[in-house]
Amino acid sequence: MPKDWKRREFLAKFIKLPCAAMVFGVGAAGDGEAAEEGPYQAEDHLYAMGIQVDRCIGCGLCAEACKNENDVLKEPFFFRTWIERYSIRVDGEVDVDSPGGGIGGFPPLAEGSEVMRSFFVPKLCNQCDKPPCVQVCPVGATFKTEDGVILVDESYCIGCRYCVQACPYGARYIDPRTLTADKCTFCYHRIIKGLQPACVEVCPTQTRVFGELGRRSSPLHRMKRQSSIQVLKPAMNTEPKVLYSNLDGEVR
Amino acid sequence: MKPGEKWIGRCSRAVRSISTNLVFIQEPLFRLILVFSTNSLGMRMRIWKIPDQVIRLAILIVIALAVLIVVRLQFIPASFGEIGHYRADALKEEAALTLHYAGMQACVMCHDDIGMIKAASYHRNLACESCHGPSLEHVDDPGEFSPVVVTGRTLCVRCHGYLASRPTGFPQIIEAIHNPMAPCTECHDPHDPTPPEVPEDCSACHAEIARTKAVSHHWSLSCETCHEAAPEHRQSPRAFLPKKPTEREFCGQCHGQGSQRSASAPRVDLSEHGGRYLCWQCHYPHHPEGR
Amino acid sequence: MSELLEHLEANLQQVTGYIYPNEIELHWSLLVVIYPYVTGLVAGAFILASLVEVFKVKEVASTYRLALLTALAFLIAAPLPLLAHLGHPERSFQIFLTPHLRSAMAMFGFVYIWYLMLVLLLEIWFEYRADMVRWSSERRGVMKLLYWVLSLGSRDLSEKAVRFDRKAVYAITLVGIPSAFLLHGYVGFIFGSIKANPWWSSVLMPIVFLFSAIVSGIALVLLLHYVTTMFRRVKPDMACFNKLASFLMYALIIDLSLETLDFIHRMYESEESIEILAELVITKLFISLTIVQLLLGTIVPIVLLAIGRFSRIPDEFKRVVFFIAALLVQVGIFSTRWNVVIGGQLFSKSLRGLTVFKMQLGGIEGLFMGIALLILPFVLLWILVKLLPPWDKQEAN
Repeated sequence: MPKDWKRREFLAKFIKLPCAAMVFGVGAAGDGEAAEEGPYQAEDHLYAMGIQVDRCIGCGLCAEACKNENDVLKEPFFFRTWIERYSIRVDGEVDVDSPGGGIGGFPPLAEGSEVMRSFFVPKLCNQCDKPPCVQVCPVGATFKTEDGVILVDESYCIGCRYCVQACPYGARYIDPRTLTADKCTFCYHRIIKGLQPACVEVCPTQTRVFGELGRRSSPLHRMKRQSSIQVLKPAMNTEPKVLYSNLDGEVR
Repeated sequence: MKPGEKWIGRCSRAVRSISTNLVFIQEPLFRLILVFSTNSLGMRMRIWKIPDQVIRLAILIVIALAVLIVVRLQFIPASFGEIGHYRADALKEEAALTLHYAGMQACVMCHDDIGMIKAASYHRNLACESCHGPSLEHVDDPGEFSPVVVTGRTLCVRCHGYLASRPTGFPQIIEAIHNPMAPCTECHDPHDPTPPEVPEDCSACHAEIARTKAVSHHWSLSCETCHEAAPEHRQSPRAFLPKKPTEREFCGQCHGQGSQRSASAPRVDLSEHGGRYLCWQCHYPHHPEGR
Repeated sequence: MSELLEHLEANLQQVTGYIYPNEIELHWSLLVVIYPYVTGLVAGAFILASLVEVFKVKEVASTYRLALLTALAFLIAAPLPLLAHLGHPERSFQIFLTPHLRSAMAMFGFVYIWYLMLVLLLEIWFEYRADMVRWSSERRGVMKLLYWVLSLGSRDLSEKAVRFDRKAVYAITLVGIPSAFLLHGYVGFIFGSIKANPWWSSVLMPIVFLFSAIVSGIALVLLLHYVTTMFRRVKPDMACFNKLASFLMYALIIDLSLETLDFIHRMYESEESIEILAELVITKLFISLTIVQLLLGTIVPIVLLAIGRFSRIPDEFKRVVFFIAALLVQVGIFSTRWNVVIGGQLFSKSLRGLTVFKMQLGGIEGLFMGIALLILPFVLLWILVKLLPPWDKQEAN
């Protein structure tokens, strides 16, 4: 095995790398652009995520990968991302569930209910351009970076929980280990290295599309061109950077 | 002027400037000491005709403000406010967090053979770590850490088990009746999951429709009765779409007033009923509402 | 942490409808209910005190100093529940280091310091300065030193100096009234400005908070006046009681009108959230809102006060009626705070489900802590009354 491994390493480094990159160049760095030279410049980027609702199969791999990548507590009360299932009955009643955030998969729909349509919707922090959570933070422990991501400074947060109250999307929680606010970071430590967020990486159906706003020739741009785009709770005027395609009106 | 005198001059100028500046600190300090040390003096203190009590309060407030300013300067984190109203160092801390997922590109650098096979398969868009779990440790030290090897049925069923909410056309099985207990990999290669045999049943992929139809009045009709599907549809579903009825007369074969077929099928007058719409634009043929 | 997880597990079982998974933990509990309640008492007591000073309401003059000290005692205690509920109380000073100027909560530091330092302490200092100077010369030992330090070494008892004190008190009260409005209006704003929460998000919120504050402050001073009169065995000042009761009744009526306006406005606009809010009011908040806040805390006291004011019943009986009304008002205002703070977190922001709040007994957020924090200001008040007796001057007169 070590011998074989050496061969692979050699091949990888000297021969196959450009070739492999050509064949498998799927969605790296969000936009399929070559990794940039020089140090990372935050102001050159503006990250966003697309969610193609009609592709989601509700497998929950994204929510699970998120917990793995970001060391989120495994108990079902702390989620940076989760999946909701909507089923709209013939009489117009709407049932929503998200058992365990969707990580363990979903049980079959209850028998006997006449369902007209049903679908899954992944949820996460909307990385708002006008974030209410940042507005209310009394000390500047949560903030919008120059590349548009909302982060929490764990060592500066006083744990007042005002941001949790201010978020219209329920995207924030208090990590009981640190007693500070926590939420999705778009996997900031990954994206600035040109990698995809963990949830996007593992999504089997390309429901999640990661990219940058204002960059043409990218999967995100393609999605925006081809589908009708909606954001969650537009009346809140938070200007989310998580864009949903073909979103049902019942989704809140 | 002798060099010595020059130095004396400089020194005395410095002392003078310091002492003039010190007055600002000296005076209140002096007053403070005066005020608090001698009661009798305190009573007679009338500087600038400001009442005695106001001066005392003012001194207290000035001291409090001075302490506040010093504390502020002392305790605000160094990088705070460099970029915005936050600690700029927080970005570096966030960027330094440990990665767990390596990303598919890292995998195929070594496992190019598997990567090539997978790239041509239905799982071409599925990342390696979706099934094998976070594997950056393996990339860093392949000898020490091994990714998860999937066995059994649980993981496959998470995506391919039948759920009514899944999008139509996504291949789904009903776990309980699809070769129960057999591990999926016995028949399917996950890196090239084309079915071992081309599906005989439409229901292999269109499970939701099949389930709905099975309990409807149309249960006895086969899919091909209405949907003419090219054989290639089984290999490339989206490139060769099946057809749908394009004329009202098609449904009229059973439901038209002159029809000789199944007596239980409800009859309508095609010339009056439904106007300009095709039948399936109002009635859902897989679950027609008529009783 | 395991305790929290068990608690959340139990809550999960009682959720009805759908709530976002992160919403199972209720973030603001009993301590955050106590905070606006206590601040409201501060603002209310101060506004009552300023009636005496600025509007020259002579009847209630005897409560002036008591009201000031009450305001101070409760103001000192007010930030403690907030501090205790923080995840990191040791970092709270960052609010002063790097206040985020767009955050309503960051303004807390400034409003609080402004009100404590520049309004309440200053007013009390000028009000008591002459007395403290006198006590400092009369007493011996530690007390002498204490009064000397408290008076900042001041000795001047000349008529001119005392006249200046009075002018200062008047000027500070003038600034103090808007400041007291600011203090509690701002607490209302903390809730009213959260657009994500339809139960809170209302432009009326600061005003409703303010008037309920005035109600609770007047009622508290009335209660304290009753108790202190009883313990000091002095002749009850019936004019004062009557005036306090009238003010309390008027404030209650305004408060009730505002709440009703808020209610009607919500019902009439009937926005997206109305169904879940209606369900909330009918089920989870029925007892605390309809029974306690509205019936016991508002309507019954108004009736009692009206009976006390306008019917011919003996004075002793009248005072007891006022006392009961004021007591009910306290319970009512506390449940007002409860219904705002807890009620606002019982429904999901998905507007599709309700969750539960279960109070713990022990622990930082528990019932005992809450009771302790409510008793604390009375202990502080007792110390303040011992230190700065509010009745000397009046009896000297």
